[in-house]
Amino acid sequence: MAETSLSQAKADPTPYKGSRLGGLLHRNETLRGYLLMSPTMVIMTVGILVPFIILLVMSFWTREGFGFDTTLTTTNYQRVWTEPIFGALLSRSFWISGVATVATVLLCYPMAYYVAFHVHRNKMMWIILMTLPFWTSYLLRVFAWKVILGYEGVINSGLMSLGLIEAPLEFLLYSQTAVIITLAHAWAAFAILPLYVSLEKIDKSLLEAATDLGDGPVTRFLRITLPLSMPGVIAASFLIFIPTTGDYITPALLGGPDGAMIGNFIQLQFGAVNNWPMGATLSIVLMLWISAIALVFLFVTRKAQEKIA
Amino acid sequence: MTNADAFISIQNVNKFFGSFQAIEDVSMDIAKGEFFSLLGASGCGKTTLLRMLAGFESTSNGEIFIDGQAMSDVPPHHRPVNMVFQSYAIFPHLNVRDNIAYGLRRQKLPKAKRDEMVEEMLELIKLPGFGSRKATELSGGQRQRIALARALILKPKVLLLDEPLGALDKQLRDQMQLELRALQRQVGITFVFVTHDQEEALTLSDRIAVMSGGKVLQVDTPEGLYETPRTRDVASFIGNMNFFNGTVRRNGSATGAVEVEGLGAIPVPVEQLTKPDETPVQIALRPEKFTLSAEKPAADLTVAGKMDNTAYLGERSHHYVAIQGREEPVAVSMPNLGASDLGQAGADVWLSWSPDSIVILDAD
Repeated sequence: MAETSLSQAKADPTPYKGSRLGGLLHRNETLRGYLLMSPTMVIMTVGILVPFIILLVMSFWTREGFGFDTTLTTTNYQRVWTEPIFGALLSRSFWISGVATVATVLLCYPMAYYVAFHVHRNKMMWIILMTLPFWTSYLLRVFAWKVILGYEGVINSGLMSLGLIEAPLEFLLYSQTAVIITLAHAWAAFAILPLYVSLEKIDKSLLEAATDLGDGPVTRFLRITLPLSMPGVIAASFLIFIPTTGDYITPALLGGPDGAMIGNFIQLQFGAVNNWPMGATLSIVLMLWISAIALVFLFVTRKAQEKIA
Repeated sequence: MTNADAFISIQNVNKFFGSFQAIEDVSMDIAKGEFFSLLGASGCGKTTLLRMLAGFESTSNGEIFIDGQAMSDVPPHHRPVNMVFQSYAIFPHLNVRDNIAYGLRRQKLPKAKRDEMVEEMLELIKLPGFGSRKATELSGGQRQRIALARALILKPKVLLLDEPLGALDKQLRDQMQLELRALQRQVGITFVFVTHDQEEALTLSDRIAVMSGGKVLQVDTPEGLYETPRTRDVASFIGNMNFFNGTVRRNGSATGAVEVEGLGAIPVPVEQLTKPDETPVQIALRPEKFTLSAEKPAADLTVAGKMDNTAYLGERSHHYVAIQGREEPVAVSMPNLGASDLGQAGADVWLSWSPDSIVILDAD
C-alpha cells in the first residue's frame, strides 16, 4: 500500500498553481520595484513634472493685455537679467535665507548634539518635545513673532520697563532682522532632525579612539564629530535654504519694505500685477540659482572636509 | 613581584556603577614588557578594568599607577597608554594613512617624517602600500592591524587591547595570535590584553589574571594556571577538569595522602597538603593526566571502571568512564595514536595516573 501511494505521488506531481502575473512579479525584481514606486511616480508626474513643464513654457510667453502672447521669446529672461530690481531682490533673498540657514543650523546643532550624546533614555520624547512648537500653524507662529517683536511687543515693552531703552527698538519689526529671526525659529525642526540623525549614527567608540590618540574635546569635535555629522549639516542647510528663499508669508507679514523677498515679487506677478509669464520666468530663474548655489555648497563642503581630514 | 618592579600597579581598586559593583578590590602588578591578559566570562569586569587603565572609566576608589605615576587625575588623552578597540574604531572618513597618523598630528612633525613613520608601521603590520586605501575598503583582519598600527605609532608605554581578535574567523584569529605575539616581542611594549577565550590567553600571555564577578581569582603564568589552579572556578574556566571530593587522611604516611571518592586513599605531593587530617578537600585531575587501558597496568595508582561513552575528536578522543563510589563518570582524554583497543561502551577498562598530577584546590 505504502509503496503504491508513494509511486503515485512521484508519477503525478501537483504543479504549482498561481497567476501568471504573480509568477512574473516573483521572478522580475525590477518590475516589482516599479510597481512599488508607481503611486509615487504618478503623483510626481501629475503634481510636479506637468506643472513644471507648464511653468517652463509659460516663462517664454509674454503678457498681452489681460491674456498671454504665446509666441516663444526670451524677453522676460532679458528683463530679469538687465533690470536691477530683479538682481537686487534675488540677492537679498539669498542673503536673508542664507543668514537664516546658518543661524538655524548653528542654533540647532547644540540641541541635536545634546540629545544624541548626553540623553540616554527617552531620546524620542526629547525630539518630540523639541518639535512641539511646530505642531501649531506656520501662520500662527509668524503672528506670534509679530507680537514678540512689535513696536509695543514683548521685547520692547520688557526692555523699556527695565529701563534699558527709552524708545522702542524699531529695527525689530518690519525689517530683515525680523524675517531672519522668524525663519530661523520656524524652520528649526527641519534642522534638528537631520542633525540628530547624523550625530546619533556616529559610533561612540570613534570618539573614545580619538581621545585615546591624544585629542582633547575641541580637537576631537573638529576632527571626528563635525566631519562625520557633515551629511546632517548639509541636509539641514538644504532643507532650510531652499524653501526659505522662496518664502513669501514671513517677509509679507514681518519684512516691511526692506524685508521683501523674491517670493513676494513672484506672488505679485501672479496676483496684483497679473503678469503670469514674468512670475514663471522668475520662478525658473530662482530654481536655477538655487541649484547653482547648492552645487557650489556641496563642492565647498567636500573640499573643506578633505582639508580637515 | 615587589612593587618597585611593577610598571603598572593596580592597588585596591573598586568600581561602582550605581549600586552595582563592577570591580571588587582588585590589586595586581604588571611588569614592563609583559604580555598580560585579563581573562574571564563576559560581565566579569575585565573590560571595565581595561577602560580604567585607559581612563575612560574612573576608579571609585583605589589607585592605578603607570610607570610610577598616579593616574586618577590624568584624563585619557594625556595617559601614556593607547588602546585597540574591540570594534577597531577605524575613522571612516579618513584613509589608512591618515588613520595611522591620527595621533601624530599633535606632535607637529614635518609631513615627510610623518609619512615615513606611517610607511614603517604599514611595513610592520604587513600592509605595505595600503596608505591610500579608504577605511571603508578594508577587511576585518586589515582593520585590526590598522587599529594596532595607529596605537603603536605613538610608542605608548602600555598598549591596551580589548578582545581585538574576537571579530575574526578562526583561521585568521590563529594567524593573528602568532603575529601579535611576535609583534609584542619586537616592539617590547607592555600589552594588557582582554579576552574571554582561554585558549587565546594561554597562547599569547606571559601572565594571566583570571577574573570573575569583578574579582581577580588568580594571577599566574599560563602553565601555572593550567597545572596548579587554586580554585574550582579557575580550574573549570581553563580547560576541562575532573573534580573529586576527598578527605585528608595521612595515615602516618610521610608523603601525604587523601581519601578520595572512587579512587580510594591516594598519595599526593606533600607540598600541596597543608591541611590537618579529616579536613574535606577538593581534588582536581585533568582528563589528559589519566591513562586508559584495557588490561590492568603495572602502575601503582589504578582503578577499575566501565566505559560509559566516547567522543572522537580527531587527534584525541574523550572517554567517559564510570567508576565505583562516584556518581559522575570520569572524563579521560587520550591521544589517538593508532588503532584503539579501548572497546565499546560497557567494556571493562583501567584508569591510572601519577601522584604529581593531582591538584588540591583551596576551599572556595
